[in-house]
Amino acid sequence: MSAVVFAHHGLTPAERLRDAGWIAFVALILGVPLIGLTTVDVGGRLAVDTRFGLLAMAVIAAFGGRLLMRWSLDHLGARKLARQRAATDSGAGRAQQVVNVLGWLALGASVALPLAFSDNRYVVDTATTVLIYVMLGWGLNVVVGLAGLLDLGYVAFYAVGAYSYALLSTQYGWGFWEALPVSGALAAAFGILLGYPILRLRGDYLAIVTLGFGEIIRVILVNWTEFSGGPNGISSIPRPSFFGLEFTRNAPEDGHSFASFFGLEFSAMHRLIFLYYLILVLALLTHVFVSRLRKLPVGRAWEALREDEIACKAMGMNTTNIKLSAFAIGAMLGGFAGVFFAARQGFISPESFTFSESAIILAIVVLGGMGSQMGVVLAATLLVLIPEFGRNFAEYRMLLFGMAMVLIMVWRPGGLLAHREPTLRLSADGKAAKGGA
Amino acid sequence: MMLSMEGVHAHYGHIHALRGIDVSVQVGEIVTLIGANGAGKSTLMMSLFGSPKASAGRIVFDGEDITRLTTHEIARRGIALVPEGRRIFPRMTVLENLQMGAAHADPANYDADIARVYAMFPILQERAAQRAGTLSGGEQQMLAIGRALMSRPKLLLLDEPSLGLAPIYIRKIFQIVRELNRDHGMTILLVEQNANQALRVAHRGYVLQHGAITLAGSGAELLASPDVRAAYLEGGGHG
Repeated sequence: MSAVVFAHHGLTPAERLRDAGWIAFVALILGVPLIGLTTVDVGGRLAVDTRFGLLAMAVIAAFGGRLLMRWSLDHLGARKLARQRAATDSGAGRAQQVVNVLGWLALGASVALPLAFSDNRYVVDTATTVLIYVMLGWGLNVVVGLAGLLDLGYVAFYAVGAYSYALLSTQYGWGFWEALPVSGALAAAFGILLGYPILRLRGDYLAIVTLGFGEIIRVILVNWTEFSGGPNGISSIPRPSFFGLEFTRNAPEDGHSFASFFGLEFSAMHRLIFLYYLILVLALLTHVFVSRLRKLPVGRAWEALREDEIACKAMGMNTTNIKLSAFAIGAMLGGFAGVFFAARQGFISPESFTFSESAIILAIVVLGGMGSQMGVVLAATLLVLIPEFGRNFAEYRMLLFGMAMVLIMVWRPGGLLAHREPTLRLSADGKAAKGGA
Repeated sequence: MMLSMEGVHAHYGHIHALRGIDVSVQVGEIVTLIGANGAGKSTLMMSLFGSPKASAGRIVFDGEDITRLTTHEIARRGIALVPEGRRIFPRMTVLENLQMGAAHADPANYDADIARVYAMFPILQERAAQRAGTLSGGEQQMLAIGRALMSRPKLLLLDEPSLGLAPIYIRKIFQIVRELNRDHGMTILLVEQNANQALRVAHRGYVLQHGAITLAGSGAELLASPDVRAAYLEGGGHG
């Protein structure tokens, strides 16, 4: 029966006819004894009668039925194949869609959170901490995730930002908004300062030098007492005001406090919620800024640098500038987070800027999936919340924390969200559309 | 004269890797450089690219002394390198890889150049949205060549393009080298261990041994030379 065609490609009309013809032929052969000939009782004797008309109809029915059956089977098969193909093509796209939806949900939840928990100090405080780490994670993501430069001393820039604000505000009376850009610029300058000597280093060696840099900053802060207050740190750092309105119980003589201006009863929660929204806005700005950069030539150069430095040079890219820009921008974002940290705490000391902070920020980037913005959010949330939930386990808290980290890396070696979103998408006709989602 | 290296020496630390190299490439030529492992072929290619810099001698490209320029400055003068081992950007898509090749080219040429690369390598268009790391070795080599062409180079350097490829792709790569030269007038400097194939496509060739040029001539002459045959073509161990 080799003439019955079993083909995986679409059949041509001739093939379909031949296939159906063979089936009709088989039907004819079988049909002659089954249908074509029949016995009739003629006066007590059996006689053979023919029913060729009926046979012809059966053969035609077999021919037509076969044609129809093959056609519908092929049609269904093709549709299934097309569906499968579409699924593999858009698999990555769908993952990205899920991440996007998650992102908007997370944004909605974070905007609504202080409203839902407006009298729960603990929740708002913890959420603020999560957002600080998200912002730090996004900053370090530029250096480690995008540019692929392993930085174990990121906390140094966080410290530079925090001390810049603390000193500018307590010594020179600068406000939060004036100090913010200056502190960011100072941190960026430190980023370049760190970047220069280590341009030629990679991998392990780079990690060790950055680790040393982080420690140097901390040791200076501990020992240079006249400058930084040494181990006692800097206290009574002014809090940011709401467009000039202070969050105080009593309005100043010549104006209003936040509560009196809006005719609200004073509540300590006002400031906490304001701080929460402040870091939320700072973090979102960071996110938009980094996402935009990723799609610009400088962002793509960072990623190319992570992939292959020699190839970058052969493409005519100035790897010195690429590395320094990554360090500077990562440091600046860390500096911004530091300014906020100092303003929120009202007190800072070198205690807050130990190596373990660097390690946690790096863990956030790695657990989240190097280079993934949403991954950082997930990982930061987990890494802040796990120790919080673990409070019931007292001394086993950090053990739990470590175990969770190990489990995540075993379960998802590439990080929670390892998928990398291309910086350009292909539209249906195969031409590149710039931008994407 | 497109490129000339005059008495070039280069060192890797204490190792004297190049000992007075004289190599020239004329406009529109395919010149090949053959030699055993460790003869200094890749070093020659890289010192042309300023990494390591020549410790003595002069490298002139297109009438300009490039001996002291940095790698990226040399690349922007119109030399494109297809590095040994391809060195594509594995986590980036095929299209992004090609774009990186055009990072310092005139954006006005971008559409035309990408169309030209796609015409030359249709597989790259099919795989445009795919991560480059998922391509086969031969496809990656085509991507590396396509990426280099995106900068509209005057001189194309190919470092061991056939290394580690299946025979069908090796044939394809040499065919591409020939076509680039014949149909697009590309000047090519080709470093190869596959001496037989390389000498067949090349107009001229140099044999490199222990960091020095020991033999030079047309491709056909070198192919016929008993020394070359003995060392590189007939069971020389590195052929």
